Amino acid sequence: MDTMRDRFAPVVSQLLDEDPRVAVVLAEIGKDGFAEAQRKHPDRVINVGIREQLLIGTGAGLALTGLRPVVHTFASFLVERPFEQVKLDLGHQDAGAVLVSAAASFDWPAGGFTHMAPGDVALLDTLDGWTVHVPGHPDEADTLLRHAVAAGDDKVYVRLSMQSNAQGLAVDGAHFLTVREGRAGVVAAVGPMLDAVLAATEGLDVTVLYATTVRPFDTASLRRASETAGADVVLVEPYLAGTSTAAAGDALADVPHRVLGLGVGRRELRRYGDIDEHVAAHGLDAGSLRKRIDGFLGERVQA
Amino acid sequence: MTLTAKQSYTYADLSRLMGLMTGDEKHGPAATSTMDALWVLYDRVLRVTPERMGDPRRDRFLLSKGHGPMAYYAVLTAKGFLPAEWLPGFGSYDSPLGHHPDRVLVPGAEIGSGSLGHGLPIAVGTALGLRAQGLDEPRVWVLIGDAELDEGSNHEAIAFAGPAGLERLHTVVIDNSSASHARPGGIAARFEAAGWSAATVDGRDHEALYAAFTAPHPGRPRVVVAQVEPKDA
Repeated sequence: MDTMRDRFAPVVSQLLDEDPRVAVVLAEIGKDGFAEAQRKHPDRVINVGIREQLLIGTGAGLALTGLRPVVHTFASFLVERPFEQVKLDLGHQDAGAVLVSAAASFDWPAGGFTHMAPGDVALLDTLDGWTVHVPGHPDEADTLLRHAVAAGDDKVYVRLSMQSNAQGLAVDGAHFLTVREGRAGVVAAVGPMLDAVLAATEGLDVTVLYATTVRPFDTASLRRASETAGADVVLVEPYLAGTSTAAAGDALADVPHRVLGLGVGRRELRRYGDIDEHVAAHGLDAGSLRKRIDGFLGERVQA
Repeated sequence: MTLTAKQSYTYADLSRLMGLMTGDEKHGPAATSTMDALWVLYDRVLRVTPERMGDPRRDRFLLSKGHGPMAYYAVLTAKGFLPAEWLPGFGSYDSPLGHHPDRVLVPGAEIGSGSLGHGLPIAVGTALGLRAQGLDEPRVWVLIGDAELDEGSNHEAIAFAGPAGLERLHTVVIDNSSASHARPGGIAARFEAAGWSAATVDGRDHEALYAAFTAPHPGRPRVVVAQVEPKDA
């Protein structure tokens, strides 16, 4: 199976052909995929070199002239290194862009912590007005990239990962999907966490929601699920644990509720290895999730 | 007779307009260092008017040095972008005029600024965006300070714009010797090494500024270093 990242250049190259507003800004990372597009659209495929502050500033300048910039590099260098540019050159300027990251929380564990960005979504959460897409499958990445580029002048973040579910679902760029229904709790799986969550909740009497657009947070879907499944909520996110607990809490502010946020731990592991080893180390494999969900929901969850 | 006749301002009025903001006829170095360069640009160089702010073919002026924006507001007032009635409210809660400008609030401001080192990278993107849309007329100007030039983001932009041949891009560096660590070889040399066309002039001399602003520089971005009296003098 191809990866989400494999879809990025083909999808955006097609959008470059179709829409004269679209421009791509790169900082060396990912440039090979755009070699042909750059020949066809030399003024709209821009590689600024290894300059991430300029990467975001350039995207903002393009947007101020009316273009729709798609800005790409690894998450660490897209969101974290030039964070003030994201905050000011886009937010404060009232300019839009599509930021597309690769490497996610730990897509290249052997590369070490410099290339890990489990805090990217939490960091963007300090800013106003960002849409955040976290696809769980290459087909969903394809769909959500198109939604992101088509979203007027909105500020949109698309988080591409090597981690993937086996099957893509029909995502719409806004709402959570209900994958399973139960009566003793709600488990919301974000993006690539769905397969592990489905395995972990096998035989449990819980509703499983699937979220690939996490900002704005789909308050209505969570509330609706809690009406039959109760307001015990487990969030399973492929980035920093607890990133969406406040959003879930706000969604259920007027009813008694409990929220457990599972995700990537804050502590730096200082381990290399492979993705599965890091998934396990953060307690995000199916077996670990089962224990933590059982522990939170208690005995009544057993179907 | 109606009172709609537009008041015509000259350079001599700028000090009085600034006085409406500060309550003072004497203004600090941070406020006046940019005044002459701004005046020459808006009076004789930039092809932009209040009526043209929605015109994609207008010239773009990006004030990156957002600190001490009184001269900027005064020039924008003199050129009809702002009503003079706004000036006395400078910095107050209900005023659109802050101690750093906000493009969303200030008519004529292309960017909001204050945090150093953002304007030149945005100007690079603006020049690229105009080029990509076949808008060959507009020129992009950005004004930065000599200490602001310390920011690494500016060096990313300088290093890119020269080899990229962004000839529509122009930078004015107001040099009032405020950088703690002076640049060896001078400011212009840094730009020239990256392939820019460069000139260094007296930042109070209107004719010298005008000549430097309008000199041809085919295939290369242009920097004009405008030297004014040292900040601490």
